[in-house]
Order: sequence, then C-alpha cells, then structure tokens
Amino acid sequence: MPSPTSGFDRAGGASIGAPLGTPVKVTQGSRTKGGVGESTLRPDGTLKVTGEFAYSSDLWHEDMLWGQILRSTVAHAEIVSLDTSEALATPGVYAVMTYDDLPTDVKHYGLEIQDTPVLAHGKVRHHGEPVAIVAADHPETARRAAAKIKVEYRELPVITDEASATAPDAILVHENRDDHHVGHVPHPNIVHRQPIVRGDADAAAGRADVVVRGEYTFGMQDQAFLGPESGLAVPEEDGGVHLYIATQWLHSDLRQIAPVLGLPENKVRMTLAGVGGAFGGREDLSMQIHACLLALRTGKPVKIVYNRFESFFGHVHRHPAKLFYEHGATRDGKLTHVKCRIVLDGGAYASASPAVVGNASSLGIGPYVVDDVDIEAIALYTNNPPCGAMRGFGAVQACFAYEAQMDKVAKELGLDPVEFRQRNAMEQGALLPTGQRVDSPAPVAELLRRVKAMPLPPERQWESSEGADVRQLPGGLSNTTHGEGVVRGIGYAVGIKNVGFSEGFDDYSTAKVRMEVVAGEPVATVHTAMAEVGQGGVTVHAQIARTELGVAQVTIHPANTEVGSAGSTSASRQTYVTGGAVKNSCELVREKVLEIGRRRFGSHHPAWATAELLLEGGKVVTDGGEVLADLVDVLADEAVEVEAQWRHRPTEPFDLRTGQGNGHVQYSFAAHRAVVEVDTELGLVKVIELACAQDVGKALNPLSVIGQIQGGTTQGLGVAVMEEIIVDPKTAKVRNPSFTDYLIPTILDTPTIPVDVLELADDHAPYGLRGIGEAPTLSSTPAVLAAIRNATGLELDRTPVRPEHLTGT
Amino acid sequence: MRVNFTVNGRPQEADDVWEGESLLYVLRERLGLPGSKNACEQGECGSCTVRLDGVPVCSCLVAAGQVEGRDVVTVEGLAEFARQRAERDRCETASRGDRTAAPGTSLDEARAWQARGSDSQAGEGGELAPIQQAFIDAGAVQCGFCTPGLLVAADEMLEHHPNPTDADIREALSGNLCRCTGYEKIMDAVRLAAARQGEAV
Repeated sequence: MPSPTSGFDRAGGASIGAPLGTPVKVTQGSRTKGGVGESTLRPDGTLKVTGEFAYSSDLWHEDMLWGQILRSTVAHAEIVSLDTSEALATPGVYAVMTYDDLPTDVKHYGLEIQDTPVLAHGKVRHHGEPVAIVAADHPETARRAAAKIKVEYRELPVITDEASATAPDAILVHENRDDHHVGHVPHPNIVHRQPIVRGDADAAAGRADVVVRGEYTFGMQDQAFLGPESGLAVPEEDGGVHLYIATQWLHSDLRQIAPVLGLPENKVRMTLAGVGGAFGGREDLSMQIHACLLALRTGKPVKIVYNRFESFFGHVHRHPAKLFYEHGATRDGKLTHVKCRIVLDGGAYASASPAVVGNASSLGIGPYVVDDVDIEAIALYTNNPPCGAMRGFGAVQACFAYEAQMDKVAKELGLDPVEFRQRNAMEQGALLPTGQRVDSPAPVAELLRRVKAMPLPPERQWESSEGADVRQLPGGLSNTTHGEGVVRGIGYAVGIKNVGFSEGFDDYSTAKVRMEVVAGEPVATVHTAMAEVGQGGVTVHAQIARTELGVAQVTIHPANTEVGSAGSTSASRQTYVTGGAVKNSCELVREKVLEIGRRRFGSHHPAWATAELLLEGGKVVTDGGEVLADLVDVLADEAVEVEAQWRHRPTEPFDLRTGQGNGHVQYSFAAHRAVVEVDTELGLVKVIELACAQDVGKALNPLSVIGQIQGGTTQGLGVAVMEEIIVDPKTAKVRNPSFTDYLIPTILDTPTIPVDVLELADDHAPYGLRGIGEAPTLSSTPAVLAAIRNATGLELDRTPVRPEHLTGT
Repeated sequence: MRVNFTVNGRPQEADDVWEGESLLYVLRERLGLPGSKNACEQGECGSCTVRLDGVPVCSCLVAAGQVEGRDVVTVEGLAEFARQRAERDRCETASRGDRTAAPGTSLDEARAWQARGSDSQAGEGGELAPIQQAFIDAGAVQCGFCTPGLLVAADEMLEHHPNPTDADIREALSGNLCRCTGYEKIMDAVRLAAARQGEAV
C-alpha cells in the first residue's frame, strides 16, 4: 500500500505539496492560481447569499398559470369513477387533465422500467399517486379546484412486505410485466433479484469457531432536500416546450418526457433551474411531465411547486430493508464466511430498485476479505411509497447490518472491534464477492486507525466548574437532565461505496469548452449539462479549466440540453465523470491552441517544436518556464471550441446466478467514530461527536470535500436517531409527511464533525480523485448505533433508534 | 385586500391579496422578492426567516394582513441593513465612547431605517453584509436554499450577541434546517463573522 500523503485539518486549510527544497517538476497547471487542489469559493456564492440565485420555485413568467396535482388518498384501489366537471367549471381554472387526456400512446415513464403512469389509469398503487392535474391563475384556485374532482375508489388489499407480496394468492402490483427482470425473479412482485455466490459458505461455516446471526431493520428515509420539487414549463412557438427544472439529470428527464408529450427531443428544451438539494430524490421525474402537459394544453406558461406535504409523496425515498446476516470467524479473528439476505422494499414502482439491489448485494459484506460468501438481495413491489435513489444507494442499508455484525463477532471473540475489523480489512488487490479485483488503494485499516487516533471529547462535562449546559446534554433545551442517568458510549464503523454507474451502464459525460479573448483577456467557457445541486461541481469545473488552460477567467455556462448529456448528479460520480469530461475537453482545446501558436509563432522560437509546452498565467510557456507567447496574441480573434464525450473504464453486468463480474468503476471508503451520551431513563440520545476519516484520492477542492463529508455524515446521523417515514402497515398510508413529524437533524442535534482526509491517488481517475459524496453517509449510521449499544448494552437491531427502544417501554 | 408595508426600507403596496396569503407569498409572488424561501411553509425550517419590526419571524406563518404598516427586512435588503447599522454603531460609539454590547434594534430604529440607492432592492451591486461574506468564505453555502433564512437569523443573533459561544450559536440557529452542510461550516461562518465584527470595533 502506498504511504499516506498529507491530509489537511478540519478547518479546511490545505497543506498539500512537496517539502521545501525539493525540485518540483513543472506540469500543466501546477503553478496556476485557483486551480485544482485549492479551496476556491463557489461561483454562485454571492447570488446565493443575496437571495438572487433563481431556484426552480422562484421562477415567474408573464401570464403564468399554477399547476396542481390531485393525488390518491388511498394506497391500493381501483378507480371506479372520476368526475372533473366541477373543477373545470371553477372560475380561474384553465385546464383539468386525467389519464384520458394524455396525448400519445406513451403513458408511462421510469428510469429503467417504464412502469409509472403519468396519471393513474383505472388503479392507484400507492398513497399519493397522481390522478389528475389542474392549471389555474392562482395556486389556491388550483388547489381548491383539484379538491373538487370527485374520485370514487374501490379499495384493494394492500401489499406491504415480503410475506404479503409473495403469498400464493397475492395480488400482483403490476399485472403483465414485460420488463427484462421478470424472467429471473421468483415472483412477479419481486422487481429484481441478485444472488452473489463465491466459494462455499456452507463448508466454510464448518471451520468457524464462532457463528453470529442477526436480523436487522432499516427504516424508510427521506432525502428531505429543502428546495421543493418545482419547475416552469413555457410553451414555444414551434409547438415545443421549454422546461426550467430542478433535476439531477436533464437528459434522463428529456428521454422520459418527450415521448409522453409526443414531441421529438429537440422540441423539448430543458434548462437547469436552481436546485435546492437533491440527494437522489430528483433522479426520478416528479412534476416535469405534468407541467409540460398543462403548458401545451393551455398555451400558457405553467409553474408547479410542491409544498412540503406533497414533496413527501412526490419523490422516491430510501428503500427500507430487512437484512438477515450470518458471520463466522475463527478464534484468531479471521472471518470464515458471510451469508446474507437483503430484502429491500421498492414500493409501488421500480424507479432505481434494480440498481439498488446490485449495490446492496455486491457491497453486502463491506470492505472485508471473505472468500466464502452467499449473498442474496431482492427488491419488492408493494403498495408502500415508491423507493429509489438516495445518497448511498443500497450500500447504506447493508453497511448498517454488516457493521452491527462485525461488532457482535468481535464481542464473541473478545476482540477490540476496531482490531477485529483491521484484521479482516480489504487492501488494494483484494477480491470483492463479485470476483472483481480492487485495483486502487483501499486504506480500510488505515482509516480506522486514523479515526480511532483522534482525541476524544472531554467526559462528564456537566461536572465541570461551569456546570451543566443542557444544550449539550440529551434532551437539550427540554431540560430533562443535568447529567443524572446519562452514560457515554463510543462506536466505530467503516464502509465501502461504489463510485459511478455500475453493471455495464454506458456512464459517460460531455463537456463543451471554449477559449477566446474577451476584453483583452483569455477566457474559458465551460458548458455541460451537469446538474449543480449544491455539491459544488461548478466550482470544480472552473478549477479544472484554470489548471488545464492556464487562464484566470472561467465562465460556467448555464446547464441545458443544448450540450450532450452529463449523466446524473448521483453515485458520487460528477467530479469524476463530468470533471473528467471537462479535463478532457480542456486538453483538446489546449492542443488546438498550441497548434495555432505553432502556426503563428513557430518560426520565432525553436522551443515551439521541441519543448513540452504549458499554458500558464495566460501565456504559452515551456516546462522550463520560458514565455513563448501571450494567449491573447495566439488566439487573436479566433475562438477554439471542443465538445467531446468522455468515459471511464467500462464495467460489466453481474451474472444473474452467481453475481460474478467486474461491475464497478471505483470505490470510496470512509470510517466513523461516534461518541454519544444517552439518558437511559428517558431513552434520549445526544451525539457528542462524529469523527470521520475518508480517503478522497485527491481533494480537488478541500473546502468542498469537507463540506460533503460533514453533510453526508449528518444524513447518516439523522437515520440513526430520528428520521423515518412511518407507513401504516394496515393501510400503506404515510403518517408523517411534514417537517413537524418527519424530523431531520437541526444544528442542536448535530455534533462537531472532525474530518481527517487521506489522499491516496486512484491512478485510473482524473487527478487521482475519488467520488466522495456518499461514503460518509454509510458508516455514520452504524457508528452511532454502535455507540448507543456501547453505552446501553442493548442489542438494537433497527434504525432509527427511538426512545422506546432504549427504555423498553 | 390591499396591504401597505415597508420592505427593505421602501414603502410597498400589494393589491388583490387574498386573506389566506402569507407574508412569504406576498414577498415572493407579488413583490418580486423570492430570496425568502418556501421549504416547508409550516414554520419548521426557517428558510423564510425575515425581520418584522426587527424581530426574526417565519414569514410563512405571518398572514399578509398582519404586516399592514409594519417594517420587513428580507435577505435582499440585508447588506444595506447591516451597512447602515454599522454606520449608526460607529456614530454612537464615537458619541458615547465605549459600547460593549449592542442592544439590538429598537422598534423605532427599525421603522426609521431606509434603504439607500437603487441596488438594495435587488440585492445587487453593493458590498455584502459581514455575515453574507462569512458564509461564502467559510464554505457554508452548498445548495443555498436554507442560506437566506440562516443569514437573517445569524445576523440578528450577532446584533444581540457579538461574542456568542458555540452553544449560543446552535441555540439561536436551531430553528433553521440545513440538509447539505451538517452545520459545521455554518458554525465556522458565524464564528468568522463574529471575529471580524470584533476586529472592526
């Protein structure tokens, strides 16, 4: 394993570079200010702090109408009758549309399987399914008109779990499936099944000195991005439509929208509006088609903005899961085998379920070396809310369970939980259960060492001379304890997440880069369709352009569908893939610029032909630092522009029976240490500190990297102790669709999050970087659970932990 | 109904307002000030925080009719508001000598406050408020949807508590949800703004 390079402190000050006195080879961009590796500030920062940044819900257009969606009040029912006449007669209403008003034969959409009706047809399959849409001149008029639509339902029994889904007489959630998974699933109410078998787990179990089994439950988490689903559809003179939208992937939306509207893709123009967070929840369509339909029907711009209540119904959630694990180990602390079965509830529509199954299974045993494994993951069709992408994507649920198991085995063996993990930790060269070799650094043991080595926060602060500050105790300002009944616990966890789209997906991105002289200065313009959702991709694109083109000024063009697809802002992939595309297009632009330079100035200096040439500080220079020409003179009035696609290494699908295959592109590793204090009498938990160590390959922007790690860590904390969408098992109805009842961590719930960043380059990736956004969301949750177990001695096999699980009441 | 009130120092008149409309709706949809955000419209997330006669409120929970004749500051006017406050503080410090703790904005002061120049309405052009600059510098902005409400709340806290402890900051901002940052960079930003404020005095 390569030795760790310098990290940087949690305040974000970078300390990366060669020691003083070492001769440094000058390479492209290594002396460019504001380039890769610096904590440059966001280009949209000023707009965002002044309130000027235009989010999708802020858009306005002359003559604009407001759209409203009528959603089902029951989870599973036949629609007996649907009467829109009263709604249509309401003054101020311009249109009411139902399934019968859809303009073409394409009436369904979906990321992978087109099973989701644009509007319900004869049946609803989950609580909150769109049934009809209304456009009116005031949002309240639209809401009231939608309420006047009369829908008569004949309710059907609800399918809510594996038992009800696979019962012999179970109603099929989707009749007549014809998707490409139906041939290999054991029941039509199972979306996809992925077994992964390697070695002989049964035989290996015979060598185990201890065998530990567990059943775990992972609750349904919501992305809870703050900017509600929203957008503005503007009809255009050529019969097309222009949609301004908050999404994670413009071109994926486009592919699904255009056929439903009966328009060619070039007549559906899409521009990214400001996105108020995403976390997977905007990977599927929400109001896109509805707004376009109403705009085309009325001939007027139509804006739709969900409120928070509707948002809980308007996007997919993280799959809740049941996980069954068996781990075996020898006395000397080596794992013999792992068997597991992961049952993910995909809800009423497929969304990203097949890919979530692929992740959960292939990463199902975590970052450990185990030769004999028997894994199965399935996703169900039920009448629960549809589930799909959320940060961590299948790897989160598995990590919660396998890390609980690792603690249990360590306890059985009488070993320190960190030591036990380190003995089994994967390293570069290890094989995954899929047979794929990990061919880049995998510093699992080192991350655990680092996170354990961080100083611990002081104990029993309430006994200090300042006395108890209730804000730092369980129960907080509710003033429920001044330290009495409070015990501390510490827990560790580590996880592995794949980066990029796996299983043979053609996961490319496109970047258009232009270089020209503007007002006497060389300026680069970067145009991609990447959805900036808050992650800071636009910051990084400007840094890459500066590094590769040696310019100070970079303009980030608004993202739209006038340029090729950038792929999704998900799977921790955008800095890798669209960053890679920007780098690649910049390199092509650089070559062209140098060609122009050779043509114009080649005869002036022999170095044009012989030296390695760099673009630096707005000039063409030799690697020895000699200036050959000013870019302003090289370019003169010429503009150089390149639009090119870029791909990472291809992957393969997993074998449907054995799960073998080189399915993943790259991995991301993070480890956490949680320190909690628990009021054992009231069952209240205060997370005191949540430290993280993560390998990021190369931090293109250290400030943003730390922000991603802290944000991901906090979402993991949320699902450890508070976040869960409660679905009534009798009715499959959602019981807490609001921020009053679905709690996400406040600043009082969130502890300090010290971060130790490791940078071990992945030589396959641009600049050696690793996708980083998701890994911290994996290990955060099991670390908090481990700490609570450590404090209380309780088993705790579900997340989130609620007070009653701690008090037994 | 018609509602007359002052926004960022300017008299505003909103016509045809429904009785059920919130201050947030009137700001965003009738006055062209969408900086205050609509994330939960239930008073849980703080994204719509504005100052009403100097007091931070969730504008989604204020009925439009309640603001008749009153004074509202939104994120769009925050920079100018902070600038004039600093100017006023300087004058008062000069005339009164030492002044360690700012007493906050009195109702009369809040009402008397006027925006200057044509840029403040759109939030363009001028310098940023110290808290705005600190949010940018500390990396406290990711998606930015919570940012306007947090800025208004944090600015108001620093007005009252120029040297807050971490626990004070957390308590003061506990009504503002952020989903992206894990709050650490927000803490850094507020500490930074407080430190810069301290240096400036």
